[in-house]
Amino acid sequence: MMTFAQFIFYFFSAILLFAGLRVITARNPVHAALNLVLAFFTAAGLWMTLEAEFLAITLVLVYVGAVMVLFLFVVMMLDINLDKLREGFWDYLPLALPVAILLMLEMTVVLGGRFFGLDKTAAPAAHPAGYSNTKELGRLIYTQYVYAFEIAAVILLVAIVAAIALTMRKRKDTKYIDPAKQVSVKRADRLRIVKMVAEKKGVTGEEQG
Amino acid sequence: MEFMQNLLGAWWTPLWTLVKIMIIVIPLMLAVAYVTYAERKVIGWMQVRIGPNRVGYQGLLQPIADGLKLLMKEIIIPSGANKGLFILGPILAIAPALAAWAVIPFTDKWVLANIDAGLLYVMAITSMGVYGVIVAGWASNSKYAFLGAMRSAAQIVSYEIAMGFALVGVLMASQSLNLVDIVNGQAGGIHHWYFLPLFPLFMVYLISGVAETNRAPFDVAEGESEIVAGFHVEYSGMAFAVFFLAEYANMILIAALTTLMFLGGWLSPFTFLPDGFIWWAMKVAFVLFLFLWFRATFPRYRYDQIMRLGWKVFIPITIVWIVVVGGMMQTPYKHWFH
Repeated sequence: MMTFAQFIFYFFSAILLFAGLRVITARNPVHAALNLVLAFFTAAGLWMTLEAEFLAITLVLVYVGAVMVLFLFVVMMLDINLDKLREGFWDYLPLALPVAILLMLEMTVVLGGRFFGLDKTAAPAAHPAGYSNTKELGRLIYTQYVYAFEIAAVILLVAIVAAIALTMRKRKDTKYIDPAKQVSVKRADRLRIVKMVAEKKGVTGEEQG
Repeated sequence: MEFMQNLLGAWWTPLWTLVKIMIIVIPLMLAVAYVTYAERKVIGWMQVRIGPNRVGYQGLLQPIADGLKLLMKEIIIPSGANKGLFILGPILAIAPALAAWAVIPFTDKWVLANIDAGLLYVMAITSMGVYGVIVAGWASNSKYAFLGAMRSAAQIVSYEIAMGFALVGVLMASQSLNLVDIVNGQAGGIHHWYFLPLFPLFMVYLISGVAETNRAPFDVAEGESEIVAGFHVEYSGMAFAVFFLAEYANMILIAALTTLMFLGGWLSPFTFLPDGFIWWAMKVAFVLFLFLWFRATFPRYRYDQIMRLGWKVFIPITIVWIVVVGGMMQTPYKHWFH
């Protein structure tokens, strides 16, 4: 008899494997991207069972909520010709096959935990109900690993600045709007009320109306 | 209750949770129906009209009649649409709008799941609401729908950043991610509520909330006068109604979150009056009234103005105020900030 936690694990794993498989087999790139969203979400569920709720929720918040939205955005806008994309797909086999075999071997080693002495160390003890994973993670990042964390942050900042600098090409003839000027505009700048006599004589208001 | 517990054994927990979910979702759906009625009445009065007054006393049965009408209508699937995703769109829109309510406390005892990272959970779940809009817009195979989806995606992703930063200020002040603790941190009368020390963040959160729910004046995703109805232009009948339900459920959710984080949740404004759910409901109703008031008052923003407001005004304001809060907490005045 499976415990409930085991049932959850296998349930999520099955969905994750299915979604991962569909990412690479779906013919429509939008379907593939949506399956990747499902894979991320399911992976977050699995992390939750590891008591890593901060990482799990951040995975959903960052990857599902922001990164994949923009990804989907791009995939939907591109006019991808699938037949052209699949042309010469099998030509890569001589390179792909060794890589795939290597990957599979590595995964076998990792997943067969006895090579790492997994059977000799005890399973980590479950934390009590009041344990806050977020607080512990924050404490570690800002004390023990503060330099590594700061360096990673600076590298990301440099990457952002570099990406913007590379893509920012300002055209000289671009017309652009200055909102400050728009807000400060007065009626007198745009509108002039002139008084003039009626052109036609003898037409009453009722006939005009 | 104990008798039932013994009778049902292992089935007690799932069944009791299901009952509690129903206790939240059914009044929520009723509230959604009557927010639509309130919207039509309030905007009617603001524009010196009467509003719906035919079905039932003072038009009170109008939302029921609307619901029945939409239920009876045929759901038309456009011939060039991607059928599976076309049907998935409304489901993806409403599921996060309901799932987020799991962690919303109504009083310090009435909460379905009092989880430690409640605030993060709400942010993560609400950030998924955009998929309903994008998937619906793309699957409809219509240019108007697609334009609406693109506008909405860019807008929601932009304002989510400002919203997230506003919440960082709240969690700095309360030193907790748990929604019950955040409200308890504001105990002691109206001058202890976070909207005073975090006033800029409160404004940013409220306005970003309007933008996140695609409400006027940020409703470019629908923009009736520009792109017909935006992402749900091809939807009819109940499929359209589900989008409608999701929008209003999200509105109530944003109002509830604003109440919990800045307006003291279920706490009473004066210490001599008892706390309770009634305060929560009154504050949520007030924030919802603001939503309706905005819609009746402001003309729609132009798209570039929305982007400018989000990126160049709100995000800098939040970053500056986070630094101010952090700085103030190191001074003797820190009691003002939490």
